[in-house]
Amino acid sequence: MLIKNKKSWAVPENEVTPSGLYLNRRKFIAGTAGAIVGASALAGGLQGGAYGATDRDLLDLDYSKTGFDPGEALTAEAAITNYNNFYEYGTSKDDPAANAWRLEPKPWSVKVDGMVDKPATYAFEDLVDMKALEERIYRLRCVEAWSMVVPWIGVPLSAILNKIGVQSGVRYVAFETLADPRQMPGVRRKVLDWPYVEGLTVAEAMNPLAFIAVGLYGKEIPNQNGAPLRLVVPWKYGYKSIKSIVRIRLTDREPPTSWKKSAPREYGFYSNVNPLVDHPRWSQSRERRIGEFGRRKTLMFNGYGDEVAHLYAGMDLQANH
Amino acid sequence: MRLSAAQVRRYVKPLVFLLLLLPAAWLAYNWYLAFEFKPNGLGFNPQETSNRFTGDWAMRLLLITLALTPISKIFKSPKPILFRRMIGNFAFFYVCLHLTSYVWLDMLFDWPELWKDVLKRLYITIGMASFLLLLPLAVTSTKGWIKRMGAKAWRRLHSAIYVIGPLVILHFIMMRKGFQLEPLIYGAILVVLLGFRGPRLFKYLSKRIQTARA
Repeated sequence: MLIKNKKSWAVPENEVTPSGLYLNRRKFIAGTAGAIVGASALAGGLQGGAYGATDRDLLDLDYSKTGFDPGEALTAEAAITNYNNFYEYGTSKDDPAANAWRLEPKPWSVKVDGMVDKPATYAFEDLVDMKALEERIYRLRCVEAWSMVVPWIGVPLSAILNKIGVQSGVRYVAFETLADPRQMPGVRRKVLDWPYVEGLTVAEAMNPLAFIAVGLYGKEIPNQNGAPLRLVVPWKYGYKSIKSIVRIRLTDREPPTSWKKSAPREYGFYSNVNPLVDHPRWSQSRERRIGEFGRRKTLMFNGYGDEVAHLYAGMDLQANH
Repeated sequence: MRLSAAQVRRYVKPLVFLLLLLPAAWLAYNWYLAFEFKPNGLGFNPQETSNRFTGDWAMRLLLITLALTPISKIFKSPKPILFRRMIGNFAFFYVCLHLTSYVWLDMLFDWPELWKDVLKRLYITIGMASFLLLLPLAVTSTKGWIKRMGAKAWRRLHSAIYVIGPLVILHFIMMRKGFQLEPLIYGAILVVLLGFRGPRLFKYLSKRIQTARA
């Protein structure tokens, strides 16, 4: 018997979407899905089929279902795998799907260093327990004011941190993305200061929501979505969820993060989804769910307040954005 | 075969007119398909696509308009000038579509949110300012207005484009995140095109300084 525990973040859809748009929603999704098929068929034709998720055979994964499910319609797989911000492959939304075939995610290793008990260069298989995979359906909110609902597969970040051994005195976890110009043509240009780096506080990293994804929609994660392993922190803007991780470092000092380095006036370290803190480029009070026509209200902590709000108790979220 | 100016006016201009309508026709047709829930070419974020598509065309046509004078000087032919007002007006037409795309399709006429966007987001403020500056140029683009204003005053008003051009490119550079190449290419083209006006601007300024001294 499937017992559905409604979590606090499982907001009924009719509360977040104006009813008129709500009624039109599925029809619009149907139309866009058709468009997606049309677009990828066209692109496939132009590029000899070497396009998007079909670059390599993505193996089916064994995983267990979890209660992490907001109960909202999933974003179409074609949208999740063809509409990406992954500047290592180019700055257009369709660049990652077109260029990520160059990545070689197998074999993969991750350098683990800093204040850890077992520093080493770990093979992917030694870091991620592929027998303990679970599915988590999370909202993803991009700082550009669009959002998706994504069925990730992976392991809690805490499982990996426990494996490597967090020493006392550690306050932050720093992550780094691969920056190989041969596999990632976008890093030949200095759009950002490569490699891409991100970080979390230890409390954030140990939070049950913090997740390392290795799969998507029941299969291995496609290259353009951050193969073979990426972070997913659904209460923060998408750019915090760093992709194709090659290094994890534990430290007692706040690590540099790429967008904050690039534009300190615009981006902070925490980057929690917050409709009240305005970004100089985009109003953050609303968002467009990909596949929908109108905009919905953006929720505090992307709707995950009950799970994470205590991490920021007493903190000025305007100053620490 | 060499075409006379009259032939260019009669045959080439209408052809170019139709060509310049094509991007708008493509966009309208694809939005029609989207509203009919049919497959279309607008991608996963149709509003973003149409904002960028209309903005790109407005910028390209603005740069082409600015290129026609230097081209006619280089080739020592007045014929490119025959297209200048028309293409300039098309640039304004795509600016209007750009604004429509943003206000209607993207913001759904949410005026309070829109006003906040204009005030808070500097690149939108600059975009709106460019639109307002373009308005008098578009209004006075007819032959009647040239006559009414006199060639000299008309030309002086329309040299506002040398201010609008940089503003538009600034709007584009600021809209993009990080240090991106595409806006810089547009910017470099603008710098070259304005560079052609350098000597004339220098002459004009030194004359102004002289009269001020005298």
